[in-house]
Amino acid sequence: MSSRRFAASLFAVLLSASALSASGAIAQTTVTSAPPATFTLGNGLQVLVIPDHRTPVVTQMIWYKVGSADETPGKSGLAHFLEHLMFKGTSKHPAGEFSETVLRVGGNENAFTSTDYTGYFQRVPREQLASMMEFEADRMTGLILKDENVLPERDVVLEEFNMRVANNPDARLTEQIMAALYLNHPYGRPVIGWRQEIEKLDREDALAFYKRFYAPNNATLVIAGDVDAKEVRSMAERTFGEVAPQPAIPVKRIRPQEPTPAAPRTVTLSDPRVEQPGVRRYYLVPSATTAAAGESPALDVLAQLMGGGSNSYLYRALVVDRPLAVSASAGYQGTSLDATQFMISVSPKPGVEFAQIEQVIDAVISDVGKNAVRAEDLERVKTQLIAEAIYAQDNQATLARWYGGALTTGLSIEDIRSWPERIRAVTAEQVRDAAQKWLDKKRSVTGYLIKDAAPKREEPKREEKRS
Amino acid sequence: MTYHGTFARRAAFVVAACLTMALLAPTPSHAAAKIQHLISPGGIEAWFVQDATVPLIAMEYAFGGGATQDPADKPGVGNMVASLIDEGSGDLDSRTFHERLERRAIELSFSSTRDYFRGSLRMLKDNRDEAFDLLRMSLTSPHFDSADVERIRAQIMSGLRRDTSSPTSLASRKFLELAFGDHPYGRLANGTLESVPRIDVADMKDYVGRVLARDTLRIAVVGDVDPATLGKLLDQAFGGLPAKASLTPVADVEAAKPPQRAFIPLDVPQTVVTFGGPGIRRNDPNFMAGYVVNHILGGGGSSSRLYREVREKRGLAYSVYQSLLWMDHSAVFVGNTGTRADRAGETVDAITREIRRMAVDGPTQQELDEAKSYLKGSQMLALDTSSKLASALLQYQIDKLPIDYIEKRNAIVDAVTLDDAKKAARRLWGQGLLTVIVGRAPQAAAQPAAAAPPAAN
Repeated sequence: MSSRRFAASLFAVLLSASALSASGAIAQTTVTSAPPATFTLGNGLQVLVIPDHRTPVVTQMIWYKVGSADETPGKSGLAHFLEHLMFKGTSKHPAGEFSETVLRVGGNENAFTSTDYTGYFQRVPREQLASMMEFEADRMTGLILKDENVLPERDVVLEEFNMRVANNPDARLTEQIMAALYLNHPYGRPVIGWRQEIEKLDREDALAFYKRFYAPNNATLVIAGDVDAKEVRSMAERTFGEVAPQPAIPVKRIRPQEPTPAAPRTVTLSDPRVEQPGVRRYYLVPSATTAAAGESPALDVLAQLMGGGSNSYLYRALVVDRPLAVSASAGYQGTSLDATQFMISVSPKPGVEFAQIEQVIDAVISDVGKNAVRAEDLERVKTQLIAEAIYAQDNQATLARWYGGALTTGLSIEDIRSWPERIRAVTAEQVRDAAQKWLDKKRSVTGYLIKDAAPKREEPKREEKRS
Repeated sequence: MTYHGTFARRAAFVVAACLTMALLAPTPSHAAAKIQHLISPGGIEAWFVQDATVPLIAMEYAFGGGATQDPADKPGVGNMVASLIDEGSGDLDSRTFHERLERRAIELSFSSTRDYFRGSLRMLKDNRDEAFDLLRMSLTSPHFDSADVERIRAQIMSGLRRDTSSPTSLASRKFLELAFGDHPYGRLANGTLESVPRIDVADMKDYVGRVLARDTLRIAVVGDVDPATLGKLLDQAFGGLPAKASLTPVADVEAAKPPQRAFIPLDVPQTVVTFGGPGIRRNDPNFMAGYVVNHILGGGGSSSRLYREVREKRGLAYSVYQSLLWMDHSAVFVGNTGTRADRAGETVDAITREIRRMAVDGPTQQELDEAKSYLKGSQMLALDTSSKLASALLQYQIDKLPIDYIEKRNAIVDAVTLDDAKKAARRLWGQGLLTVIVGRAPQAAAQPAAAAPPAAN
């Protein structure tokens, strides 16, 4: 979640920037962009440089390999809380100075936290890069926190929680599904944290977490834009290069893993404000990092086939052929250090029972698991996925996000660049096998969002609060 | 791997800073420096930047009209047209039409905004002929088959039903009503639960016939195509449209005079507050002064006064901002925040106080200098992708700015004096606020006069 500004837009789907060649309608479109330059500083900081010389601007993103799944139980929300507090200044640059510098040159900045990583970025005119690196390197270890800053910021985070979760029945259902899906792994905890734990986070918690995880050897720096890798290297050495590593941070993150799933689960979230009921099915599936060769691209293709757009199997079956639902979609999030989710989401039409919807979902899954998909469907879906890799190149910040996210979840640059090739190589049999193996109900949680029709409790005291 | 997950789902938390449009840089971006005014053989005009860095073409375009052309008793017609115009055209049914798009990963979309019916087309360069041909079909021979109409209608109705319990939707809907009353700007483009069921194919065909025409069309294209080829493509896509639109005239309107307050009770943990008032039209000579001073008050991310007072110092909200909105026939400023029910009064008071302070004293010279510096630097960042550049070039045309505006703009920003900024602040905020409060907050029901003293808590 972003700490700086209003929730703007979620990032779009991002894919690879690799060279494309053969196959289908995009046969002639070859991407000539060079691979990003990469090097590692003496203190272990990995640096990646993605050139884009169209406009004299640059994006700096620093990614720490720490997210909500690395929090100590009982301190949920700490990774995200610290992300907010990283804007509170250092001994060298008091609160506000970094942000003011960014704004004075017309730049923008923000930060984000996920289960596996925490990132900070600035987008500025290219000549400001050295200054941005100096600021970012400084706050890697120089953060100063005072209660006068920490406590109001905790209120800000609680309002963020209210906005994103408490006010939003859909988000509350997501929390319940994830908690039910992960029986043992910390992905079951919300990134923003459980409210009663956020309320108790304090300055000492934040500083301890900061000291434990923020170090050059636990970070990846991505610089994208109108820059030269050599210049970046010398600037990085002068700034980040001066920060001492923390050898105690383990290279590999070992978290409690999920047992073999044994029983399908269901959760039902009812809220008086639900005007459009929904049903969602999440399956526990391997991520790009944990999957066997070829499996993760097959799941990408499967998700697109089943629920990407108006010709997808679920949309056809539920929205077009038998109009039982107003929408139907599927998604797979491959970028994840540990086992991830394959998601199906359907909004039934008024009066349609969840059971009718689920029957169709199950029939579609069973069909995909038994019969090889049509060659033209497979081709169409692959083309769409691969094209996204080209569209992504239009946006340097998108590319920076995509590489940063992959590198902080255990993937390599080569994994990313070869992604289109691996999508192209997916066969109908692999898609069928993936459906059969992973879309097994035992691996799933089904979540229902329903209107709470119970008569509302009286609230006689409401008016008395008037001051 | 797709990033659906990490970014869009698991963390509905990964969020980007958003850029404000329509501002330019000290050094224009390389691409923006080469804007051509292209006229096709058939007389279709476009602003065009040729750029072969990435093998794609991005086009943004707009027809005059938008939601203002919805029949007064049937708001939502334009929106329904926008949702259905790519659901089957010419000799292709919806399924085949989408297959043709998907097979080549062509991105085609439409929307009905307040004043414009807009479209967006993005393709890999090798697929340009197919892309422009599909666009031609959708614009000139949409089917509106009844099964598709009912499917899309059900989706729009589902969204409208959701809106009835969403505090932010309720607040913005009410704000527009408060500001614009019966004027078309008082309605939302997606219509209402009452109007959408009554929209029929004849309404949509009538809308298409009146609105989609060449004389109000504005086009911006950025990408890997040469001007001669683009000219032919534009003729292919738009040449078959009627020469003249027949639009219902829309009256100029001034937003309601503040202060006024409305309260909508809704049992939600976070109270949502939308506030605003009459703004400054884009063609007003004092527009830039207003733009700069609004940036200082509520538009500048972490540097704005509202951000500092409401979020940073008091921890009252996660998000608080205010922007200027300009339309063809009016203008408003509008802000938004969300806060704990028991501190909603305190939040509204803090906002009101800052707005009053700015109206009375204006900004400081230092604030003005820093805001100008930001505004001059930020445009370059707003123009760094083909899609963003195309959107900006369309907006300049909509705003009736000259094609060399990018070069002129810094001088316009620099010319804003402290006195101009103070005058603009007085004009914008001297009267107070139109405020809509949605939530549990009991104080919200109080009328503005009663809300003046600071809250006890």
